[in-house]
Formats: sequence, structure tokens, C-alpha cells
Amino acid sequence: MTSQHIVSSFDRDLEALQAMIMKMGGQVEMATTNAIKALETRDLELSQQVRRDDKIIDGLDEDIKSETARVLALRAPTAGDLRTVLSVMTISSHLERCGDYAKNIAKRTTVLVEMTTISGTVPALRRMARMVERMLADALDAYIQRDADKADDVRDRDLEVDQMYNTLFRSLLTHMMEDPRNITACMHLHFIAKNIERMGDHATSIAEQTIYLVTGELPDEDRPKGDMTAYGAPDGDAK
Amino acid sequence: MFDVQKPETAVDQTAIKIAARNVQVFYGNTQAIKDVDVDIQDKTVTSFIGPSGCGKSTFLRCLNRMNDTIDSCRVEGEILLDGQDIYAPRVDPVQLRARVGMVFQKPNPFPKSIYDNVAYGPRIHGMARTKDEIDEVVEKSLRRAALWDEVKDRLDTPGTGLSGGQQQRLCIARAVATRPEVLLMDEPCSALDPIATAQVEELIDELKQRFSVVIVTHSMQQAARVSQKTAFFHLGNLVEYGDTNTIFTNPQDHRTESYITGRIG
Repeated sequence: MTSQHIVSSFDRDLEALQAMIMKMGGQVEMATTNAIKALETRDLELSQQVRRDDKIIDGLDEDIKSETARVLALRAPTAGDLRTVLSVMTISSHLERCGDYAKNIAKRTTVLVEMTTISGTVPALRRMARMVERMLADALDAYIQRDADKADDVRDRDLEVDQMYNTLFRSLLTHMMEDPRNITACMHLHFIAKNIERMGDHATSIAEQTIYLVTGELPDEDRPKGDMTAYGAPDGDAK
Repeated sequence: MFDVQKPETAVDQTAIKIAARNVQVFYGNTQAIKDVDVDIQDKTVTSFIGPSGCGKSTFLRCLNRMNDTIDSCRVEGEILLDGQDIYAPRVDPVQLRARVGMVFQKPNPFPKSIYDNVAYGPRIHGMARTKDEIDEVVEKSLRRAALWDEVKDRLDTPGTGLSGGQQQRLCIARAVATRPEVLLMDEPCSALDPIATAQVEELIDELKQRFSVVIVTHSMQQAARVSQKTAFFHLGNLVEYGDTNTIFTNPQDHRTESYITGRIG
């Protein structure tokens, strides 16, 4: 729906809402990048900044919620407009959660900088985070461009993130079994991996909102699930 | 405490009350309605929406042959009420209009007392004979139109002396007094304040327990609030007809979407 409303201030309201979502998306991407960078470079100052900046994301979420409430009350949107407003609300919640995960990564980093490195895990976390950042960026691009195909592609990529998480889970188990002194660091690294994996799920949900916005229907839950760690230790690593 | 129940807007698969087939309406040489097919369900509120001049009122008026009174108007196609063609020669339009009542945009009470306004229909159709019977019909109808408490002490004063909103509810009371099977409403709330509008909407909701209501409205929100089915007319065509939920959340035709969201084109 590209044509304009007869009441042009309605168009401005909807544009403002979507601009807020894009701004929030930018903040979340930056928080994720910085959180991982701080972990990699053991930069305590940068991790503190990520924790502080989460307030900006939370503030944007609150602004979006009150603005959507205002648009719903005053404009009584219908059809595509209604779906726009509802998707803005949902996406805002997903982004807010992503911000919390980045903040949590930063918090764990402050503990991890005191410990010895676990070889190979931080680069793997960085690759996983890169992947999720691209998913988030593409999900938001697809949203703004109303591109359901692109959104579908983002959904498919979540499988890879899940597989990377599985691999990391397995290698962290191995490290913990090799030397129990690694357990504290490994637990923190595992939570970081889990946080990134969850961010991938939120990016997927944002992509699904785009599909809802374009087609009027949420896609079926037939997406292949790659996270099998909930069913126990994969491949008999731990008995 | 709160039972899980179907939303009130959910539509039961009830019987079809009015079936229109290939309906065309002409005013002289101008075609106002083009090939409209629609099934109006029983015990359901159906709203007709669309821009001015799209033919929704014309089509509504076909359903109880109100267009008969316009000389240049010609109706083609078939309109079946309970399976019977209402344009068949043996159908008496007056009897038909007792079964298919109508409420207009502008309140038009008879220049008679409030009581006589309501009693008129049941009297001429022989539906109530004794004074007690008529009293009962008048009170019941006025109560159902949410007007009784306001007028019960002055039933013998002229109906035209009431306020606009009260007059409209009087007209609704008059329309329901003959116990119609279908009630047609042509923008019944356009001259009413929000409170009177809410009272009429509450009444419509109650009326649908017994019969089908067809309402023409320019208020999208009213159509969304009161109806279970919505038909969108545009330039004499029925563009889209479906569940009100669907029309207002995910319409299939871009013309419907443009209209309900207030866009150009």
C-alpha cells in the first residue's frame, strides 16, 4: 500500500512510528556489535557503555508503545494500517529483548575479563553474532521494503544459527569435562551463546511480522528447528 | 471467571434470508447497480459500505421494493426472500414491507401522537385488535427502541415534538412494531449524537437475535462495530463481500483497502 491517505497527518504518524523502529534497530545492532567486540578485546569500558546504552533502547520501546496507543485511539486504523501499527508494537518488543541480551553479554564480559580464555570459543561467538546481526538488519530492511521474500530468507537462516549454537554447546561441554576450572568461564560463554541464539529467534519473529504485514497472515510454524540441545547432550559428549 | 468464548463477531452458518441474483438497477438509461449477487444471512447484521453514489442505498431499497415508487427506476434480476421472488406479480408490496421494514436516514415520524406512530403498523396489518394488545405492542416496541422511559408519560403528545435522536428511535420502534423479518436501515445514526448512536447500535445487536438487519452506513467504525458481514460497493459493483473481521483486517481487494483506510484512489 503505497498510495497516500486523504488525511496526510495519518501518513506522518505511520512514518514516524516506522522511523522509530529503524532507529531502535540501529541501536540494537550497535549494542550487539559492541558487546561482542568488548568480549573479544576484553574492553571493560566498552562493555560498560553497552550496559548504559540499553536505557536508550528501553526508552525507544516505551516511546513506540505510547505512540502506537495514541495512533490506535485517535486514528482507529484498519486493514494494512492496522497491521502496520500492530507489527510496530510487536517488533518493538522483540528489539527490546535483543537489547537486553546484548546488555547481558556485556555484563558477563565484566566477569570473563578476569579469567583465562577458552580457546576457539570467542571467534565462534563472533561469527554467530555477525550472522545474527545480519539477520536483524535484513529483517528490518525487509520490513521497511515490505519484502516478504526477503523476510522468508531471514527465517531460513535461523537454522544455521541454531547449528552454530549446537556446535558451541558441544565444545563448551568438552572444555568443562577436560578441566573443571573452566566451568565458570564456560557457563558464562554458554549463556552468551544462548543469548545470541535467542536474538536469532527474535530476528526470525521480526521477519514473520513482515510476512504478516504484507500478506495479512502469520506464516505456519513449519520452520526447521536446529536447536537440539534441550534434548540432552548431543552426540554422547556427556554420559 | 472469564470463560473462553467465541468473539461476538463470529458468524454462525445460518440460513440465507435474502438471496440476490444478477441484480441490475437502472434509473432511466443510467445503470446504478451492475450484476450484484449477494446472500444475506438470517439473524445476522450485514452492513453495506462504499462512497456516496456507489449504489448501496439503491440496492438496499430494492430489498423491500422501495424503488417501485420511482417511475424511471427499473430492477432486473432476482431477489428471493426465503426462496420467494419478491418481484413476482402476486406479491403485494405493502405486505412485503411489513416483513421487510425500513428505517431512513432522516427521522420521519407521522404527524400523530407517539402512541399512534407505533400503533399504526400493527393496526393496519391486523396484528393487534384489542386496546390491551395494542398497548402491549406499543410499550414493547418503545422499550426495544430504548425510548420507553423517556416518553411513557407523554404518549399522546406529537411524535414530531421529540428531539432528533428520540424521533429516530421512534421510527425504529415503529419499524419493529410490525415484527418484521428483515430490517433495512439507511444510515440510521447519521443525525444522532454518540449516546443515541450507541443506543441504536445496542438495539441492532439485540434485534439480530430475531431477524436479519441490513444497515447502510458511512461510518466505517459503525460497520465494524455492529455487523458480522460487510459488503463493499463501488461504482455500482459489489466489490467485496465477506466477514466483517476479514474486511477490516485483511481485505482482498485493493479498492476495499483504499476505501476503509481512507486513501486516495
